[in-house]
Amino acid sequence: MMSLEQFKSRYVGSQNYKLIEIEEYPTTPWGKFKRVVKRTFKTELFVGLKIVFMEMVRFNIHTIQYPKEKLPIGARYRAIHKLLRLLESGNERCIGCGLCEKICIAKCIRIDTKIDENGRKVPTEYTINFGRCIFCGYCAEVCPELAIVHGPDYENASDQRAHFALKEDMLTPIDKLKEQKEYPGFGAPTPEADRLIKKTPLAY
Amino acid sequence: MSGAFIIETIIKILIVLGLFSALAGFATYVERKVLAFMQRRLGPMHVGPYGILQVLADGIKLFTKEDFVPQNAVKSIFKIAPVITAATAFMAMAAIPMFPEFTIGGYTVRPIISDINVGLLYVLGVMAVGMYGPLLAGMASGNKWSLIGAARTTIQLLSFEIVTGLSVLAPLMMVGSLSLIDINNYQSGGMENWIIWSQPVAFVLFLIAGFAETNRTPFDLLEHEAEVVSGYATEYSGMRWGMFFIGEYANLFTVSFLVSIIFLGGFNDWGFIPGAIAILLKVFFFIFLFLWTRAAWPHIRPDQLMWLCWKVLMPVALINIVITGIVLMI
Repeated sequence: MMSLEQFKSRYVGSQNYKLIEIEEYPTTPWGKFKRVVKRTFKTELFVGLKIVFMEMVRFNIHTIQYPKEKLPIGARYRAIHKLLRLLESGNERCIGCGLCEKICIAKCIRIDTKIDENGRKVPTEYTINFGRCIFCGYCAEVCPELAIVHGPDYENASDQRAHFALKEDMLTPIDKLKEQKEYPGFGAPTPEADRLIKKTPLAY
Repeated sequence: MSGAFIIETIIKILIVLGLFSALAGFATYVERKVLAFMQRRLGPMHVGPYGILQVLADGIKLFTKEDFVPQNAVKSIFKIAPVITAATAFMAMAAIPMFPEFTIGGYTVRPIISDINVGLLYVLGVMAVGMYGPLLAGMASGNKWSLIGAARTTIQLLSFEIVTGLSVLAPLMMVGSLSLIDINNYQSGGMENWIIWSQPVAFVLFLIAGFAETNRTPFDLLEHEAEVVSGYATEYSGMRWGMFFIGEYANLFTVSFLVSIIFLGGFNDWGFIPGAIAILLKVFFFIFLFLWTRAAWPHIRPDQLMWLCWKVLMPVALINIVITGIVLMI
């Protein structure tokens, strides 16, 4: 097991490099002739042929036929954003705090909010300009309610960028609430968050 | 010259033209598949079952592409160059006996368009004329990459013509005839009569020269994408480019037939395998070998190519001829 120091060390001399012996190039005509003869009868070319032939016989194909087959993407992959709802009530999670708008380094998020009839602050408009978004993930990380997250949809070829950018495109539809999965990725609490968190007393 | 002979010849010509155009297309499919399997890929999969109709799709694409001639090209030569490649590739097949004689309804068919007594010389000569295709194409394109590609074609084909001629001379001294049917009949009577056993050096030399003359991988300098874009074919598109392609693959079949006939017993019966199937097996082995080396071996530099031709292969071929002559005299 190598420790981190070994990788960080920039002093080449003491590391375990394997030095390869390279023969001197022949300079005399006789030496060159000998090298040619040696290379000719060394059958290296046939080793190459054998390797590719064995690959063909083994038929260990690595191709993913993309539209039919897809590789799983990493949990922390940052694709097009999603706005999530609360699982029990179906209310929008977004509380319109504006942190995402504030932290966005590309300045591509725009929120309009209002106070609704229950006295809750809700966003009326939530748009992301995907022409400017750099998918840094700060908005998902900063969101206190886990409302704005990065979804898994990376197939975002479209006629217009705006096709993904409006609130109704990103928000989980109310009838598909059951299919909404809790987001495990960027900015989400870790699975052991409950155990690791320290309870702070509400009053001293 | 009877009417039946003329009709028979025309039918043979049409069959050879149609069959080998189709085979050239099919060979591109096989090539892509074999290369893919050797590199752990699948190759064409989407058009038809296992991508077998990919050839058709490619053909439609080639035929419907815009017929484009660059502004600074010499138009007439630019247009005629691909025709030279394709035409000479098919003309070379005229003197190649593809199969043994067979009889349909009491009429004996000889599967060769024209059995001329200098068959081998004719085939090699016409294949050498095919060099004018890439050469004129490259020089007429008005493009520097094309010009470099054309220059490389010329040095490569000119050099390796000599190796081809010298290497095939030794077997010809033994057979004493330039007709490919005579060469084939010389090796009748089993595997031990194949010329490869008495002329192994000539076989290897002829095969190497065959790789060079069909511009296959260790020697495909004239179309080496990483160096000269697409060589002489840089400015070509659509069916003009397709004709270069068909010519190249037709040459592949010609060389495979030549090697099989001259060195590996041709269409003689091979043990229990009848002659027609035996020669097909041999030809397809060589086609596979051409694809196989493409997957396995790297290109060589032009100077290495010249070195190989003039300093290694040609002396070896000459020594081979001298030794063959001495043995024949004794």
